[in-house]
Amino acid sequence: MADTHPSAQAGPSEGLLTRVSDTLWRRPTLLLLILLTPPALWLGIIYLGSLFALLLQSFFSIDHFTGLINHEITLATYAELFTPANFDIIRRTVGMATIVTLASAVIAFPIAYYAARYAKGAWRAIFYLGIMMPLWSSYLVKVYAWKLILAKEGILTWIFEWLHLTWLLDAYLALPVIGGNSLSVSPTGTFLVFVYVWLPYMVLPIQAALERVPGSMLEASGDLGATPAQTFRHVLLPLALPGVIAGSIFTFSLTLGDYIIPQIIGTSRLFIGQAVYQHQGIAGNIPLAAAFAVVPIVIMGVYLWIAKRMGAFDAL
Amino acid sequence: MHSDRASLKLKIAAAAGLLFLHLPIALIFVYAFTTEEKSFQWPPPGYTLKWFAATWNRPDVWEAMALSLKVAAISTLLAMILGTLCAAAVSRTKFFGRESISLLVILPIALPGVVTGIALRSAFSIAEVPFSTWTIVLGHATFCVVIVYNNAVARFRRTSGSLIEASMDLGANLFQTLRHVILPNIATALVVGGMLAFALSFDEVIVTTFTAGQQQTLPIWMLEELVRPRERPVTNVVAMVVVLVTLLPILGAYYLTRGTEAVAGQGK
Amino acid sequence: MPAVSFDHVSRHFGAVKAVDDVILDIAEGEFFAMLGPSGSGKTTCLRLIAGFERPTGGDIRIFGAPVADLPPYKRQVNTVFQDYALFPHLNVRDNVAYGLMIAGRGKRERHAEAEAALEMVRLGGYGSRKPSELSGGQRQRVALARALVNKPRVLLLDEPLGALDLKLREQMQEELKTLQRQLGITFVFVTHDQGEALSMADRVAVFNDGKIIQVGSPEDIYFRPEVPFVADFVGSSNVLPEALVARLTGETCPAAIRPERLRLAPEGPLKARVTGLSFLGLSTRVSFDAEGTRLTALLPQDVARPREGDEVALTWAPEDLHLMRASERAGQQVGQRVGA
Repeated sequence: MADTHPSAQAGPSEGLLTRVSDTLWRRPTLLLLILLTPPALWLGIIYLGSLFALLLQSFFSIDHFTGLINHEITLATYAELFTPANFDIIRRTVGMATIVTLASAVIAFPIAYYAARYAKGAWRAIFYLGIMMPLWSSYLVKVYAWKLILAKEGILTWIFEWLHLTWLLDAYLALPVIGGNSLSVSPTGTFLVFVYVWLPYMVLPIQAALERVPGSMLEASGDLGATPAQTFRHVLLPLALPGVIAGSIFTFSLTLGDYIIPQIIGTSRLFIGQAVYQHQGIAGNIPLAAAFAVVPIVIMGVYLWIAKRMGAFDAL
Repeated sequence: MHSDRASLKLKIAAAAGLLFLHLPIALIFVYAFTTEEKSFQWPPPGYTLKWFAATWNRPDVWEAMALSLKVAAISTLLAMILGTLCAAAVSRTKFFGRESISLLVILPIALPGVVTGIALRSAFSIAEVPFSTWTIVLGHATFCVVIVYNNAVARFRRTSGSLIEASMDLGANLFQTLRHVILPNIATALVVGGMLAFALSFDEVIVTTFTAGQQQTLPIWMLEELVRPRERPVTNVVAMVVVLVTLLPILGAYYLTRGTEAVAGQGK
Repeated sequence: MPAVSFDHVSRHFGAVKAVDDVILDIAEGEFFAMLGPSGSGKTTCLRLIAGFERPTGGDIRIFGAPVADLPPYKRQVNTVFQDYALFPHLNVRDNVAYGLMIAGRGKRERHAEAEAALEMVRLGGYGSRKPSELSGGQRQRVALARALVNKPRVLLLDEPLGALDLKLREQMQEELKTLQRQLGITFVFVTHDQGEALSMADRVAVFNDGKIIQVGSPEDIYFRPEVPFVADFVGSSNVLPEALVARLTGETCPAAIRPERLRLAPEGPLKARVTGLSFLGLSTRVSFDAEGTRLTALLPQDVARPREGDEVALTWAPEDLHLMRASERAGQQVGQRVGA
């Protein structure tokens, strides 16, 4: 390879490229290796390596007197997850993820159905952008916008006043568990913002699934005597289900891992993400933070396994 | 019942859903002009442009903005290289472990961001890597790869496999084929993937808080303001600017892919 | 010296023997067809000549030179692809001029040559259109011009007419044949359509399971199949099983007889029951069950037609019963399955 022909008309670089090209044609595996090595190394070392580091950290423990990490393999940190306070965090997060997912599915369905079945031409583009723009808008700005809406002096309070329904809002906020000082510091506020922020992730897969349902199929159902409600229940819903499940993977996973929304809009009770953040930051307890982070991985692993068995991945 | 016209109930439900998605963002634009400094009072007592000037003169905002742009630019470049290579390998050949590679690419966005964040944080802690621009880039490039990869794979799939063979058949070696056939055919997909990756990186906060240390990207600056508000009007203006900056690449990506198919980058 | 020669060439994909020990010589200037069902290895053979696949065994030569180490861009062959593979980002002229551009020819020169090639395929003036603006037949001709403009010594065509409708296909068959005579280039043509192979080619190779079953002129293949597979696949001959042939002639091998050569007679060597009739216009197709073997006859319209369920006798001229003595050698078995 080194002794290129300097006198050749084509020039040495041209000849070199052709020779490299010849070699790659003769050894397609070499070409594959060249293509794959950089991304495989990057993801393999940086990402998988980090996940491994995370797993490793979760088997370390922290010395509560010195605050130093004890690099001996132990299950003690995992045991800490099951103390009442910590287990409460896990239960609260999973509960929130569940109702956020359900609510997203209910709100997303009409949008997705309309976009998939009725939106044509320019309206189609508008619908598409209408879903994509909020999806891609800044996450923090969206959270911030809700801070403005839910604040005690914000727009929602103003609307209730204007409708002379302040008493209703007050009564709602007085309720235990879901109420609070104002909506922006109540679990209801956290729930609303979660639904808002993850909703597009639910719309898109449902829309994709519904777009594969031919209109004639719904007509056939009506033709066979089904009422619209029966058609929805027996034809549309089963066909859209893979899309709903695919969307729920996003909403569920994103809610499990979020720590910013409950921190900005919500009560002082922690979610898993916040626990991870606080333990690694202020407390410096990386092992416990790591163990907390393993919880969503395990939950999502189980969830994905079930979803896969229900055939949800065709709609992704 | 299932004619080509939607029922009124469905129309209302769909419209209400879309409004629910858009009104809060629109609200940001109103608040950027409010005269009220201390609270989120609605309706705003008056309107002013002075906060734009105030924001303009804030060096901390400029610094955060510069860091965000720098990180997004480098991460996008890395993600475009890695994602394209990976897409080319996966879509052109069948090989052992092909499925695992696709899974590996998708994993960083399939798992919650806090997992990716704490994983990188653990690794930096174990390897004793000090925080720097590069630790942020490591994280961003990792989850941006999938955006470029998705777009490139979709394009490779729609491009007839025999184009490359045809080019070589007509006398072009691999590099000539790359230049004259492959690149022109995947260019828009790469640009779209790059734009979306840029928007994603510019806006990212969840992973970044774990990899930034004391540095402030624009989202981290905003997060600080949200948790411990100092000057709300400035935050309002920055929020508006962030919305505009992220929307430009999205609209560009849409413009380039309209008429083909959905922007293959759902999931942040 | 043959234009292309295969010497014990194999291409195995793991356990799948796509091409298995093929020996073949294609003469210079020949219009050669590779015929077979899908998955029979004919396309892989074409790809081996083009250089898109490399043999796992054996030796391929093009005009005497071994090509094992030559990538596609160094071979003097060009291909017309099944899906035409026109570059979507280039207009028709630049598509045709692509090979010349790569070869480093000047812009004016290559555009002039491309225009001439387009004239040859009767697409003069279409140069500035995009491939997506052309019909299937036009694309096919652009693909042809793009390959021929490079003056290959062998032109490879992979099911080039497969995507066209019937009328266009017949017209293109004529055009291709004329073009090949004019240019004198060796054409190697892959198809699963026996009619296409028989009408265009000077010689036909019939493929099955990665092997060449029979090579010969269209007449050889049609009238003198060596094995039941060829008789069955090429033009739906009746195949008489070995036991029946033994009783009729005393020979121990299967035999083929063309449907148009079977006749009805009051008395004959073979008794049969009519199981179905279809009117085809010029003739009537009659299906029989002859002692457990399904047979088909094509009867001219002036002959009295039997009715379904009739017991009849079948007869034929002795020279029309073609004995397939080679079938033990090839080991092909199609058995009782007769007709397409």
